[in-house]
Amino acid sequence: MEIFGIPHQAFLGQLLLGLVNGAFYAMLSLGLAVIFGLLDVVNFAHGALYMLGAFVAWLLLDKLGVNYWFALVLAPLTVGGLGVVIERLFLKHLYKLDPLYGLLLTFGLALIIEGVFREIFGSSGQEYPVPELLQGATNLGFMILPIYRTWVVGVSLVVCLGTWYLIERTRLGAYLRAGTENAPLVQAFGINVPVMVMLTYGAGAALAGLAGVLAAPIIQVNPLMGSNLIIVVFAVVVIGGMGSIMGSILTGLGLGVVEGLTRVFYPEASSIVVFVIMVIVLMIRPAGLFGKEA
Amino acid sequence: MTTTSTPMTHTQQMARTARLIRITYIALLVLALLAPLLGLYPVFVMKLLCFAIFASAFNLLLGFTGLLSFGHAAFFGSAAYITGWLIKSQHFTPEVGIVAGAFGAGAIGLLIGLVAIRRQGIYFAMITMALAQLVYFFCLQAPFTGGEDGLQGVPRGALFGVVSLESDTAMYYLVVAVFVACFLAISRIVNSPFGQVLKMIRENEPRAISLGYQVDRYKLLAFVLSAALAGLAGSLKTLIMGFATLSDVHWSMSGEVILMTLLGGVGTFFGPVFGAGIVISLQDLLADKVGSWVTVIIGVIFVLCVLAFRKGVVGELHTWLERRRKPVH
Repeated sequence: MEIFGIPHQAFLGQLLLGLVNGAFYAMLSLGLAVIFGLLDVVNFAHGALYMLGAFVAWLLLDKLGVNYWFALVLAPLTVGGLGVVIERLFLKHLYKLDPLYGLLLTFGLALIIEGVFREIFGSSGQEYPVPELLQGATNLGFMILPIYRTWVVGVSLVVCLGTWYLIERTRLGAYLRAGTENAPLVQAFGINVPVMVMLTYGAGAALAGLAGVLAAPIIQVNPLMGSNLIIVVFAVVVIGGMGSIMGSILTGLGLGVVEGLTRVFYPEASSIVVFVIMVIVLMIRPAGLFGKEA
Repeated sequence: MTTTSTPMTHTQQMARTARLIRITYIALLVLALLAPLLGLYPVFVMKLLCFAIFASAFNLLLGFTGLLSFGHAAFFGSAAYITGWLIKSQHFTPEVGIVAGAFGAGAIGLLIGLVAIRRQGIYFAMITMALAQLVYFFCLQAPFTGGEDGLQGVPRGALFGVVSLESDTAMYYLVVAVFVACFLAISRIVNSPFGQVLKMIRENEPRAISLGYQVDRYKLLAFVLSAALAGLAGSLKTLIMGFATLSDVHWSMSGEVILMTLLGGVGTFFGPVFGAGIVISLQDLLADKVGSWVTVIIGVIFVLCVLAFRKGVVGELHTWLERRRKPVH
């Protein structure tokens, strides 16, 4: 069986690979959108935090023998904790300034984190084995489904939709949305906005850390894995517009799939297709697909 | 401090400051002209001046128009490649290579600018960064850029086919001449009516629009000029060092030029030159001693600059002079 002249196995395989990438785009752009909403900071360090998540998982396994399942909880907690420290030490001094300073500061932080890891671990990748329970593949008859990749897509969907539910449908989320609209007023109603801001940055960082752990068994864990991804995620954010949570999730997944399909039909363009789509979207709808401002 | 002299009028003070600045510039120019005689390593000074042009071009956009581009490596790097390719593979003379590099970068700037100015602020930064990454991938895959190796061993050739640039001294004076020309051009642009409009856009864009200025055209022209001058710096770099590589188009280069400008003083004339001097000297000094810790140190300077030193060296100096000049109550 062939789809558009491509063997359907290869086609579906690339589609799944695209979905996996899309899952990472979705998780990272979701975190960026949540942080930007409340803090007005475009978190350049997001890629570095993602890398950190993967490294914490690898270090836990390699040095302490702590397995994947614990790392899935411990690594995001560690990265989230670091996020809280970053917010308290640095970001909170910038809230009254032009948002560009937040971008520049987190750019500096990303250089520091990446530089330290490159100095210690070198630029080559570290292998992280797929956990035993998720090894192998199931034969669905029409395609072979690698279990771990399916797991990654599943987990990230659950996490993304969970975050969406938390923000759009719960009381805590209502505080958060109110804080995005008018922080001083929310503060006046007796809600501790500075703590909320701190925890939001921590949660966004933890989300990046979780994406890192999920990615560890698929790609080689290396210090530069984040900076290459973050620029693509920026393009994803521009395409989707940072106004909507669901928009970030859909744009992320969708662009991952488009990238996967490009790899099937025209592999040379697969690394630039997201940027090209960004140009087209900016020409037609400058505010982004889900953006609110005109 | 004014106990001995009689109080000066404001105009007198302005004139005095202007004279002071002029004397400083002349002194620096003399220093630059004498540098090879003073035993300064010419390739180092050339590299420094080259990045000073790059940072000044970037500052034209950030400091005087208020647009933060996170993709200026695209212009620097593509011009470096254009010049390298023209001179090495097509055997053109260096002046053709340099001019073509600057024009090429300006053309790429026009394309990127047309897309990027559709959004403001933080989005502008992200869009320029993404588009610069597009240029990076092009340079990685295009058949004439040498892929991972880049273009190596680009000859300097002879200026107009007559003056050989193979000696560092000849090359040095060409770089000084181009630098002075760029510096004067930028100060002319900023002080022209066009530059005044740019400053108005920086200060209050809605107001500029309501006054009937076609803001997007001004921004685009500023973007193209900045890109072309950044390209000029990239072309010179190829000629000086003899190679153009992927690190010239990499996003970390865009970050470096931001740091130079920020460290020296955004929106000041001499700040970017000073900032470029500090960053290049640091890299030169540290490169063989600390390895990849250089990235960490650059990152730390970034963080410190943003947290505590947002005006940069020259900016802080200005503020300090202003404060000294004010009468004490």
